[in-house]
Parts: sequence; C-alpha cells; structure tokens
Amino acid sequence: MRERLLQIHSRRGWLAVGIVALAGGVLIPVLNALPESSALHFPDYLVPLFGKFLCFGIAALAMDLVWGYAGILSLGHALFFAMGGYGMGMYLMRAIAGEGVYRSALPDFMVFLDWKALPWYWHGFQSFPFAMVMALAAPGFLALIFGYLAFRSRIKGVYLSIVTQALTYAAMLLFFQNATGFGGNNGLTDFKRIIGFPLQAPSTKLALYVISAAALLLVYIGCRFVVTSKLGRVLAAIRDAELKARFCGFESTNYKLFVWTLSAVMCALAGALYVPQVGIINPSEMQPSNSIEMAIWVAVGGRGTLVGALLGAWFINGAKSWLTAAFPSAWLYVLGGLFVVVTLFLPKGLVGLFELVRRAASRGERAEKTATASAGKVSAGKNGAGAIVAGPAAVEAARVGVEPIAARDNGPPSVPHG
Amino acid sequence: MTATATEHAGEAHAVIGSPDLALWVENVTVSFDGFKALNDITLLLDRGELRCVIGPNGAGKTTLMDVITGKTRPDSGNVYLGSRLNDLTELSECRISQMGIGRKFQRPTVFQGHTVFENCELALRANKGVWRNLFTRLSPAQRARIDEVLEIVGLAELRHRPAGLLAHGQKQWLEIGMLLAQEPQVLLIDEPVAGMTQPEMERTADLLRGLAGQHTVVVVEHDMQFVRSIARKVTVLHEGAVLAEGAMDEIQANPRVIEVYLGT
Repeated sequence: MRERLLQIHSRRGWLAVGIVALAGGVLIPVLNALPESSALHFPDYLVPLFGKFLCFGIAALAMDLVWGYAGILSLGHALFFAMGGYGMGMYLMRAIAGEGVYRSALPDFMVFLDWKALPWYWHGFQSFPFAMVMALAAPGFLALIFGYLAFRSRIKGVYLSIVTQALTYAAMLLFFQNATGFGGNNGLTDFKRIIGFPLQAPSTKLALYVISAAALLLVYIGCRFVVTSKLGRVLAAIRDAELKARFCGFESTNYKLFVWTLSAVMCALAGALYVPQVGIINPSEMQPSNSIEMAIWVAVGGRGTLVGALLGAWFINGAKSWLTAAFPSAWLYVLGGLFVVVTLFLPKGLVGLFELVRRAASRGERAEKTATASAGKVSAGKNGAGAIVAGPAAVEAARVGVEPIAARDNGPPSVPHG
Repeated sequence: MTATATEHAGEAHAVIGSPDLALWVENVTVSFDGFKALNDITLLLDRGELRCVIGPNGAGKTTLMDVITGKTRPDSGNVYLGSRLNDLTELSECRISQMGIGRKFQRPTVFQGHTVFENCELALRANKGVWRNLFTRLSPAQRARIDEVLEIVGLAELRHRPAGLLAHGQKQWLEIGMLLAQEPQVLLIDEPVAGMTQPEMERTADLLRGLAGQHTVVVVEHDMQFVRSIARKVTVLHEGAVLAEGAMDEIQANPRVIEVYLGT
C-alpha cells in the first residue's frame, strides 16, 4: 500500500509537490509571522483570500476528477460546495447560541421569523464533529442518490449537465425561501467563533489557511491515487468508449457513481473550509454561474491533468480578484472571452500550452543537434527541422509496417504523464 | 484458458444436452417498430468451433450479436452459454462479458487514449469491481499473460504506443488481442478484415484459425474469399432467420442462397 502510494508520482513529481506544498503551507505562514515593517511580510488581509483560493483548488480537483477523467460534465458542483458550506455555517451559528443580536438560543434569523423552536434538522449541529460529518455526508448522500438514478438511466453528456444544473437551481430556489430554515436569501452569517477560536483573529485565519492547505494536499494525493490506479484507467476507458468498457466487463454505472460521489464529497469539503474564511454562506453560492465557473477553471487549466485544474482555478480567481477591483464591468466579458479562446485554441488548456512550448523547445534543440551533426547535408530551415523530426518516426513506422503518413496524420503522441 | 474450458465442461448439464455445446440461441425474436430484425432464430454452436455467419445487409447479423452480448433485449427467446442454465438475455453486458463472451465490434473499437498494453490490461480476465480496482496491481502472471497476448497478435513491440496511433489493421489485431486477454469461451467477431490489405487479411485468417479449438469463434464477414479461407461451417442469415447452414461448398451450391444473394 505504501509502495502504491509512492507510485502516484515520479520522483520529480513528488519533488514538485513537496516544493509547492512547502511554499504554500509553510513559507507563507512564516512570511506572515515576519514583522510588518519587513519587505517580505505577507499581509494579514491576503491570508483569507489565499485560503479561499485553496478551497477553490479543492473544488477544481473535484471537478477535474469527475469531468476530466470520467467525462461527466457536472454543472451541479456548486450545490455540493454550498451544502458543505451550509453544514459548516450551521455549526458556526449554533456555536454562538445565546450570543446573537437577540440573545436567543436560536439563530438570529429564526428569532426574526418568530420561530419558537429549532427545526429538527438543526439538532446536533452544535457539535463540531457531528456538523463536519454531516457537511460531507449530506452532499455525498445526495450525490449518491442522484447519481444512481441518472447513471442507471444512462443519462450522459449534455443531458446530464442540464439535469445537474436543474437540480442545483431547484435547490437554490428552495434555499432562498425562509421556510426552508437556512436563513433564506441572507443565508447564514455573523459567525463569531470556531471551536472556541475567534474568527476575526489573524491567528485563526492563518490556522484556517494552513488547514485548507493541508486539506488540498490530501485531496490532491487522493485524486492522484485514484487516477493512477487501474480504476483511473477504467474511468478514462468509460469516458472514451463506454460501451466497449461494458463489454470488457466493467459495470460503468458503479464506476461513475463512485467517482461522482467522491467528487461531491471533496467539493463539500472545499465549501466547509470556505465558509469560515469568508464569513457567510447564502443561496447565491448555488447560482448557475458558480457551477459553470468551476468548469471553466478546469477547462482553462487543462482537463484530466489535476495540476491544470489547480492552475486554472488560481489563474482565473487571481484575475477575477484583480479585474473586479480594477474594471468591475469587464470581468464577465473577460471570463467568457477566455473560455472561448481556450476552447478554440487551447483544447488542453494552460497545461497543454506549457507542454507545447516545452516540446517546441526540445524539438528545436534536437533539430539543431541533428543539423550540426549532418552539417551541409540538410538545410536547417523551418521545413528542414520538421523533416528531421519526422525522420525517427518514419523509421520506426517502417520497422513496424505502418505507413508513416498515418502516424503523421495523428500528430505527435501525447504522453499522459505527470 | 484451457483450464477454464475443461472446468466448464465438467458442469455439463443433461437438460441442455451435449457438453460439447458452446452457445445456444433459442427461438430469438427481435423487432424494431414492427420490423423483425430476428425472426424466431435458433442457432447451436459447438465448443471449439469456428463458425462464419454471412448474409446480405439487414439479415440480422449484428442484431444477433447484440442479443448474445446483452446490448439488445429480445422480444422473446433465450440464449444459453455452454452447459449453464442462466439465460443470458436477462443479464447486463458486463455480466455476460464476465461469464465468458467476448465481442469485437464492426469498427475497430479500442481505448484510443490508452496504450496498447493498458488496453489489454483493461480487457484482462480479472475482478472488475470498483473497490478492487482502486487498489489492485498487475500480478507477474497477469503481466506475462498480456505479454503472451501481445506476442500472439504481433503488437509486442508497440506496447507503449497509444492505441489511437495504431494503423487500422493493428487496431483490429489489438481488439482481437483484448478478446484473448479476456479469455472468453465464445468470441464474437464482427467483420474482422474490413479495410484490411491482403497480407493483413492473411495474418488475421491465421490468427482466427489459431483461436478456434481453444475458443468457440463466430465470425461475421462480408468478404466471401476470406470466409472461404477460414470457414468450416457457414450459417447464412436472411431476413432474421437461418436460410442455410453447412460447409462452404454446399452453401455456394444452395439454390436459395444463390437466389438471395443474386436476387438483391
């Protein structure tokens, strides 16, 4: 098992993960601890913002797992995210019973609505462990039921996307109503403490940030474990040719259900970590654009790479933080434009772009070497370089009896490795 | 794979008849919007037999395969595998595959993004459960089995190549290799030589002849020359029913077959 866990990355991959984890989880807290006069000081106000980004990173991984690897484009992940957030929010409301504006044992919004007793589904949420279990289990259970019905009926592709979107929309309308018992359109807010620590204190914010970083690392390792397992290869097989996978003996419904539910739980975890850092959860977290934005993170970063999902989430949210401050009205156009550009020109997203650059660089290098080796024989122009690169492929193709044309038509093999 | 064959042979059941029976399609009818794709068809296959199924377009060849593999549910009739009593028509595609029926599609269908080796790994006869596959790793025996299969279909050198980059004929062979890795009792092969060059066709014929004996092989094919080169017994389908059955020479001399083939 330990050996299998180590195998989820090459040595270099693990090194990169380690460096990023140290930079995010250790370096930033250290810089934050430096005196404010220091040029390297990491300002307090950025801590929750970065913490928020980490939560989006977890949600992006969840999205990539289900979309990039299993081909299920969910437009309902905002629902799972929000449900996780509500679970945490309910705890935070109950944790300060008696300290609200009305000094009531009930949350303020219930007093405002003139409710006399706590609804049954609010019971138990004063306990942090119970609330955390529910924050993950409730969305997981919903995903399981919904997924079972959808996958068993072989709903897929765009139909599935629409159904998930509809589910989320219905939930949003439900949560908007006061009678549902989750604070209506104001949602849950005015949090004060989490397991005894004041939420306004910088140290609490930093702790939440570090916990989010640790959660992200664990989720990443978990996702990596899944996608490098045989199960991961089965998922990709189902994504590419479901019928064939079924004829190979894999019950695709079960596989999809597993990854779907796992992804929902991960997304709920992101939501639960997000809420104490932003201080509010309300039904607008479930609006259609939120789910779509998650899909855009993954598409922009590069589907089916995990790293791409993180890059996409951070790149877009970074741009959003900056642009919504600098040019508030332009943001949605930029987002839409970005999505169109990436879809048209970068089907593999930012990760694909990096790979393209790297390959071009190594190709240039190789061409240069060959050109100098056979100096005088080959003109090392642009076309010359192409011909040289095609050389080894053609030789290999000839050796195995393939027509080199066929090999070239398909383009250079993309090596899915991380 | 011989082990499994004898194992199942041991379970021979008197009700269904001889232990030599590999597959029994019994009075199957399938209709689509009133059109009878299969019309009360009955087909018996012996263990280790290589059977060619021919017939004009729309004769019901592919529907027959769909019914056997669980893709299409028949309106009536049953399908039995070997000496077992379970009716396949009530099982899912995956269960049928796990029981020992492998299928090669008309168009080569491989997992394009996976390497040749991974394609075989996925097809390998093994536990197909979700939880199991999250933790499982290839055993040396399984690795050896994949190597053996790749050797048989002549793709050992290309094991690390993504299947999407293979030439057409190689994809066909890979798909046959995947069937072998699955170790089925019955192989259903739909148009194995469509789009193949003459040498590729000859290799495929060798491959299929080599498979018969250990497996029961059913080949659906249009290319009559190819059928002649491999077939011992031929079944001619016409309008969802068996028109004739017998050796290739008998079939070609059969006046009804000539009429159907020349009349259309």
